[in-house]
Amino acid sequence: MWENVKSFASEFFVTGDPLIYGADISIVLTIIGIVFGLTYFKKWGWLWREWLTTVDHKKIGIMYILSAFLMLFRGGVDALLMRAQLAMPELNLLAPDHYNQIFTTHGVIMILFMAMPFMFGLFNVVVPLQIGARDVAYPFLNALSFWLFFFGAMLFNLSFVIGGSPDSGWLAYPPYSERMFNPGVGQDFYIWGIQISGIGSLMTGINFIVTILKMRAPGMKLMKMPMFPWSVLSSCIAIIFSFPILTATLALLFLDRYLGAHFFTLDGGGNPMMYINLIWMWGHPEVYIIVLPAFGIYSEIVSTFAKKKLFGYKSMVYAMMIISILSFLVWAHHFFTMGSGADVNAFFALTTMLIAIPTGVKVFNWLFTMFRGKITFETPMLWTLGFIVCFLVGGMTGVLLSVAPADFQFHNSYFLVAHFHNTIIGGVVFGYFAGLYYWWPKLFGFKLNERIGKWAFWFWNIGFYACFMPQYVLGLMGMTRRLVTYGWDKGWWEMNLVSTIGAGLMGIAFLFQVWQIVYSVKHLQKDETGDPWNGRTLEWSIPSPAPYYNFATLPQVSSQDEWWEEKQRREREPLSLAPPKLEPIHMPKNSGIPFVMSMFWFAAGFGFVFDWLWLTISGLVGVAVCMLVHSFNYDTDYYIPVEDIKRTEAAIRG
Amino acid sequence: MKRPNALRWFASLSMLVLLLLMTTGCTESMIVLDPKGPIAEQQRDLMIISTILTSLVIVPVLILTVIIVWRYRDRTGRKAKYAPDWEHSTKLEVIWWGIPIIIITVLGLITIKGTYALEPSKPLESDKKPLTIQVTSLDWKWLFQYPEQGIATVNAVNFPEGVPIRFEITADSPMNSFWIPQLGGQMYAMSGMAMTLYLQADERGEYWGSGANFTGKEFAKMYFDVKSTSQEEFDQWVSEVKASSPALTLEGYQQLAEPAASDVKTFSAFPEGLFYMTVTKYASSHNHGLSWEDIQKIKIQE
Repeated sequence: MWENVKSFASEFFVTGDPLIYGADISIVLTIIGIVFGLTYFKKWGWLWREWLTTVDHKKIGIMYILSAFLMLFRGGVDALLMRAQLAMPELNLLAPDHYNQIFTTHGVIMILFMAMPFMFGLFNVVVPLQIGARDVAYPFLNALSFWLFFFGAMLFNLSFVIGGSPDSGWLAYPPYSERMFNPGVGQDFYIWGIQISGIGSLMTGINFIVTILKMRAPGMKLMKMPMFPWSVLSSCIAIIFSFPILTATLALLFLDRYLGAHFFTLDGGGNPMMYINLIWMWGHPEVYIIVLPAFGIYSEIVSTFAKKKLFGYKSMVYAMMIISILSFLVWAHHFFTMGSGADVNAFFALTTMLIAIPTGVKVFNWLFTMFRGKITFETPMLWTLGFIVCFLVGGMTGVLLSVAPADFQFHNSYFLVAHFHNTIIGGVVFGYFAGLYYWWPKLFGFKLNERIGKWAFWFWNIGFYACFMPQYVLGLMGMTRRLVTYGWDKGWWEMNLVSTIGAGLMGIAFLFQVWQIVYSVKHLQKDETGDPWNGRTLEWSIPSPAPYYNFATLPQVSSQDEWWEEKQRREREPLSLAPPKLEPIHMPKNSGIPFVMSMFWFAAGFGFVFDWLWLTISGLVGVAVCMLVHSFNYDTDYYIPVEDIKRTEAAIRG
Repeated sequence: MKRPNALRWFASLSMLVLLLLMTTGCTESMIVLDPKGPIAEQQRDLMIISTILTSLVIVPVLILTVIIVWRYRDRTGRKAKYAPDWEHSTKLEVIWWGIPIIIITVLGLITIKGTYALEPSKPLESDKKPLTIQVTSLDWKWLFQYPEQGIATVNAVNFPEGVPIRFEITADSPMNSFWIPQLGGQMYAMSGMAMTLYLQADERGEYWGSGANFTGKEFAKMYFDVKSTSQEEFDQWVSEVKASSPALTLEGYQQLAEPAASDVKTFSAFPEGLFYMTVTKYASSHNHGLSWEDIQKIKIQE
C-alpha cells in the first residue's frame, strides 16, 4: 500500500530539481499564510461577499490586473532563468528538459495569462466609465469570464509542481506535441489550461462588443466615442472571430492525444501542417488583439498630456478597423519557409506589409496630437513616448521580416525573437503600464509615486534595449531560438551576456514597480478631485474611486471630449447648482455561481489531464448543475433607492 | 532634472554596446550578412534594400518625434504655438497615408519579384549539372545521402564549389528546419514530404548549418559541418569515404534514427531507396489506420 502511494506520488509530483522543491515550499507557505491571515482577521466572509462573488466590473478588473501582475512575475522569473542559462556558452544551469519547459511556459504565460488578463482588466475598469455606463452588458457573464480565466491559468501553472510542464513551445506544434513524442501530462495541462480560459476570453469579447454598441450614454454617437472603447471594439471583433479557431484546434489536438485520433499525427493520414495553419489563424490576430487596446490607451494619454484634441480621429478609427480585418489575412507569414510556393508567399508578404500603412498613420497622428500641444511628462506620458520610439524600431523589423525571400534567413532566428519582444514589450506591455498608471487614481483613489515610477520607466527602457538589440545581432550571427546552450566557437557570447544584463535590468525595473505601489500605499496621497490629470473623458467626471453604480445620473454627451468641453462650459458659466434629479438605479446582484462553476471546470480539466474519468464526469456534471441553477434563478437584480444614492454621493463628495 | 540624467545613461549604454560590437569583431561574425553563395547574397541584398526603404520613414519620424516632444513641452515663457482644438488637416493626413503607401508599394514590388526569383525549389542557372543531396532530419542529427555517389554522412556535408546543390529535405522525426546561413535561407524538414532547396557555394570554405526548428531534448546539438571544396577534392573525398567507411544498413538506419545526438559519421553505401521509403512511410493514405509502428514494420520487410 505504502509502496503504491510512493510510486504514485513520485509520478504525480514533479521531483528531482532543487529549484522546484524551493518553489513547492514557497507555494505551500504562501497558501498557509493566506489561509491563516484570512482566518485570523476574520476576512473569509469579506473575501466571498466583496470579491469572489462580485459582478462589479471595477472589482473584476482589479482582480484581472492583480492576476496579470502575478503572472508577469512568474513569466519574468522564467525569462530571467533562460537568460541566466544563456549568459555564457556551455552553461549547465538548466537541463535541456527543464529549459524546454521554461521557454514554453514563459511564452504561454506572457501572452495568454499576462497580456490577456491585463488587457481584460483595463477593458473592465475603463470601458463602462468612459462610455457612461453603470456596468457591462452582461455582468454575470463577466464574472464567469474572469473565473474561467483564473482557474484555467491556475490549472496551467499547476503543471509546474504536479505532473510536469509542457515543453513543446508556446504554440505546441505537432507532431512534437503529439503523444508519440510527448507522452507526459504537460501537454494536456497546456490544452486544458488554455481551453478553459479561452472560453472566458471569447465571452469577454462578446460582452464588450455588446456593451460598447448598446450601453453608451445618451448622445454618445459611435463617432463621438473616446478612442479607447474604439480600440476595444476592434480588438473584440478579432477575439470573437479568432478564439473559436483556437478552441477548435486545441480540441482536435486533444482528440489526437486522448482518443488516438489522427488529425495532426504523422501516421494515419494526419497532417501537422493543418495545425500550424489553424493555430496561426488564431495566433496572428491574437497579437493584434492585444496591441490594439494599447493603441487606444496611447491615444487617450497623448491627448490628455498634450492637452489637445486627438489628431485625425476618423483616421485613427479606420486604421484600427483595417488592422483588425487585415490581421486575419497574414497568418502564413509565420511559415514562409514551409514551401507553400511563390504565389502564396507573395500574397501573404503583401498583406503583411499592408498592415504597416494604418499602423504608420497612427504614429503620425499621435505625433501631430503632440504638435502644437502643451506636453507634460508624467509617467503615463513617458511610457507612451517610450512606446513610440520602441515600436518604430519593432515595426521596422516587422516589415523586414515580411519580405518573404529575406525571411528565409530571419525565420526562427534571434532576429525574430528580438522583433516580437520589441513589438510585444514595446507595444503591448508599455501600453498596459501606461494605462495602469493613467487610470490607477480612478481605480484606487490615490496616485502612484511619480519619482519611483520614473526610475521604473528608465530601468525598463534601458534594460529593454540592452536585452533585445543584441538579439537582432545574434540573429544575424545565425543563432536560432529555443537553444538550451551554445558553444564558444560561434562567437555569440558577448551579445548574449549583454542581453542577459539587460534582462536583469528589466527585473530590477519590475521591483521598482512593486516598490512604487507599496510606497504609494504607505504614503497615501488621496486624489480628492477625481480628475488628477485634467482628463478629457467621462471617467474623470466622477469621484475616485468610482461609486459602485458609477454615475449617479447618466451623463448627456454632446462631443468627443465630453468632460473637457464640460469643464470649459463650467468655466464660461458657473454651474447652476440645481442638482440633477436622481432615480433608483437598476443593478445586478452578486452571484457565487461563476466561481463555483469555474472550479468545476478546473476539476474536469484536471480529470482530463490525468485521465481520471470519475473526476472529469463529476466536474462536468457540476458545470451542468451550475448552469441549470442559474437558468432558474430569477432573483438577479435589484434597485438602489434614491436615499442610498444620496447618502453615498454625499459621503464621497464630502 | 531626472530626464537629462537618464538620457546620458542611455547614451553611454548604447555607446558601450556599439563599442562591444566593434571591438569584439562581432561585425565579422554576422554571417548572414557575409554570404558565400548566390542565394544568400540576394537575400542579403534584399535585407539591405528593405532596411534602407523602411529607414526612409522611420529615421525622419524618430527625428520628428524628438523635435516635437522638445518643442512642445510645457514650460513657462514658451514661444511655440498652442492650439488645443486643432485636430484635423486633410492635407497632412493625405500625406501620411500617402508616404507609407508609396514605400510599401515599392517594397511590395521588390518583394514579389524576389519571392519568385528566390523560390527555393527553382533550379539555379548554371552550366554545371546540379548535385543532389538528400537530407533527413532525425532526432537529433542530420543524415545526408548522396544518391549519385552512393555514400552517406551524418552531421557533415561536403560538396564542390560553384555547383548548384539540389537538397531534397525530409524528416523522420518532429519537423525541423534546415539552415546553412552563409549559403541561403531555410527550408522546413517535414515527414511525409520531400522539400526542394537549391543552394550553391561560390567559394571554397568551411561553414556550418543547423536545425532551426525546435525538436526536443538534444535540439541544441543539431549542428552540421559544411565544406565546399574543389571538384577534385570532392571526388577524392567520395572515394575515400567509399574505401574506408562502413555501409549503412537498414538496421543501421534504425539504430541511427533512435533519439540521440551524434558525432560526424560517414558511410560507404546506404540501402537503396531509403530516402524514398522515409518520405512515403508517412505519406500514408494507403496505410490509413495503421499505427506508426505497423508502418515501419511493413517498410522494412519490403
